[in-house]
Amino acid sequence: MRDPRHLGLAVLAAVLAVLPFVLPNSFYLDLAIRMAINAIVVLGLNLLIGFAGQISFGHAGFLGIGAYASAVLPTHYGVHPMLALGAGAAAAGALAAAVSYPIFKLKGHYLAMATLGLGIILNIAFRNEAALTGGPDGMPVPSLELFSFTLSSDRDWYWVVAALLVVSVWASLNLIDSPFGRALRALHGSEVASKVVGVDIARYKMAIFVMSAVFASIMGSITAHYVGFVTPTVSEFFHSIELVTMVVVGGMASVFGSLVGAVLLTALPQILATFEGWETVAFGAILILFMIVLPRGLVPTLAARLGKGG
Amino acid sequence: MLTEFFQYLFSGITVGATYAMAALGFTLIYNASNVINFAQGEFIMLGGMLAVLFTQAGLPLPVAVLLAVVVPTLVGVLVEKSVIEPVKGADTVNIIIITIGASLVIRGLVQVTLGKNARALPAFSGEAPVTLLGAVLPSQSLWVIGVTALVVAGLWFFFNRTMGGKAMLATAINRTAAQLVGINTAWVLTLSFALSAGLGALGGVLVTPITLTAYDAGIMLGLKGFVAAVVGGLGNGMGALVGGLLVGVLEAMGAGYLSSAYKDAVPFVLILLILFFMPRGLFSAKTTERV
Repeated sequence: MRDPRHLGLAVLAAVLAVLPFVLPNSFYLDLAIRMAINAIVVLGLNLLIGFAGQISFGHAGFLGIGAYASAVLPTHYGVHPMLALGAGAAAAGALAAAVSYPIFKLKGHYLAMATLGLGIILNIAFRNEAALTGGPDGMPVPSLELFSFTLSSDRDWYWVVAALLVVSVWASLNLIDSPFGRALRALHGSEVASKVVGVDIARYKMAIFVMSAVFASIMGSITAHYVGFVTPTVSEFFHSIELVTMVVVGGMASVFGSLVGAVLLTALPQILATFEGWETVAFGAILILFMIVLPRGLVPTLAARLGKGG
Repeated sequence: MLTEFFQYLFSGITVGATYAMAALGFTLIYNASNVINFAQGEFIMLGGMLAVLFTQAGLPLPVAVLLAVVVPTLVGVLVEKSVIEPVKGADTVNIIIITIGASLVIRGLVQVTLGKNARALPAFSGEAPVTLLGAVLPSQSLWVIGVTALVVAGLWFFFNRTMGGKAMLATAINRTAAQLVGINTAWVLTLSFALSAGLGALGGVLVTPITLTAYDAGIMLGLKGFVAAVVGGLGNGMGALVGGLLVGVLEAMGAGYLSSAYKDAVPFVLILLILFFMPRGLFSAKTTERV
């Protein structure tokens, strides 16, 4: 183990390997699967927010593209689910590239605005194109086949999602250590300085945005197959907000922060459900408290404390 | 044909006036702090809901309207003092999430105390419609448009002729320089939250007799106000006004001529087109970028 981050990867793999044997029932297994799915989306989003310094308020829209590609293409056009997943990812990536192309030449909140708009348009389209999507009620999604093997039980799903999570974390860590990652970190430090040393800022930001959109679309497809049903809520504005919140609560520009943020905020609604009617107030209050007390996010704050030997 | 056009035009201007007030609110706070206040829509909702509550409690209309604007203004100040000021200097993303948290708290409290039902407010001067160029308008439209015009005139006076307004402008242009000449920039931030909450609430009170309101009405209204602010070039007051009206009119035209199901998508399609072809908005700010 050369450094603490690869130690973290080993710990993650170990925890994921043991988890299904210690979880008391299927409710927790389901929760763990949804946490892992969110974690993968948040990993991609965190690269964008943490390193490129840009917010996306429309990531749920990309999830929606994946989810509906996996629902609509096999159901109405007989496309193989794996091809549908790929088509969704390609569409999400192309859309992200098209939308962001003019924007990354600008500073400020313009990507936030564009992604917010895109997400809402997609959501409205999923709601209104009832002939294809089933409208607000949603539609069933056929099961996912991987080489003549059909994924059905929660256990199977758990292993698939857990493996995807480990691979995503490993890829993210490597990406950050690559020349591409160094350019991104330079961008995070100072845009002017990185421009001076020859980093093509707009191109790097666009690459990371497209990548995070593709991540989101693939996980949208996976979620749709896992749940077996898709409704427009997957692409709602509030879902995009939740994803951004996971990034910030866990810690911007922190790979393991993404995991912690996803785990905490996936669990939170389950805990708050006992507050009958007060969930929204409680969720809002917790967000505010977190931002005031731990503005840098959980993982970076803890890492700094431990680093001081405290 | 022409009648239809005027019908859509006037109803678009009416709704657009509300978007314009929300957009002015976004602009004020953005200029004072570089933050997008995602709680803006909740002040619109709060204005409408409180006006309904106070009139149903038997208060005379002018008093109810006044209270429905004053209370959200105080809520705006409370939000700024309690959760925005403590994190001064934090990352913009953090402050944006705080405003989202504040919007959830406000929306949640209204939902718990006033329920989930849609609420109606009687029109200020009777339900009899007005006919203008062949188009039939609710008389409330005239209230919305008239009061918005007064507010815009008032804001113009405030920013060009009073010390407080000039202090806000100076802070928007260069915070450090403003501080150096003795402007209390913390006070400017509080004032901008008060003003934008008040503007939002006033817009909400005025438009509720036409559109109804509910605890979750602020989400879309706020987002469209944000679109309007960006359409005109974020940070530009005149742009916010024109942006609001433009968004309202195009939305009404889109709903009338194209598809009412996609009415809510119109503002967002507009903003994507504008970002693509004129990325700094229709009225790009003259000031240099803030670093």
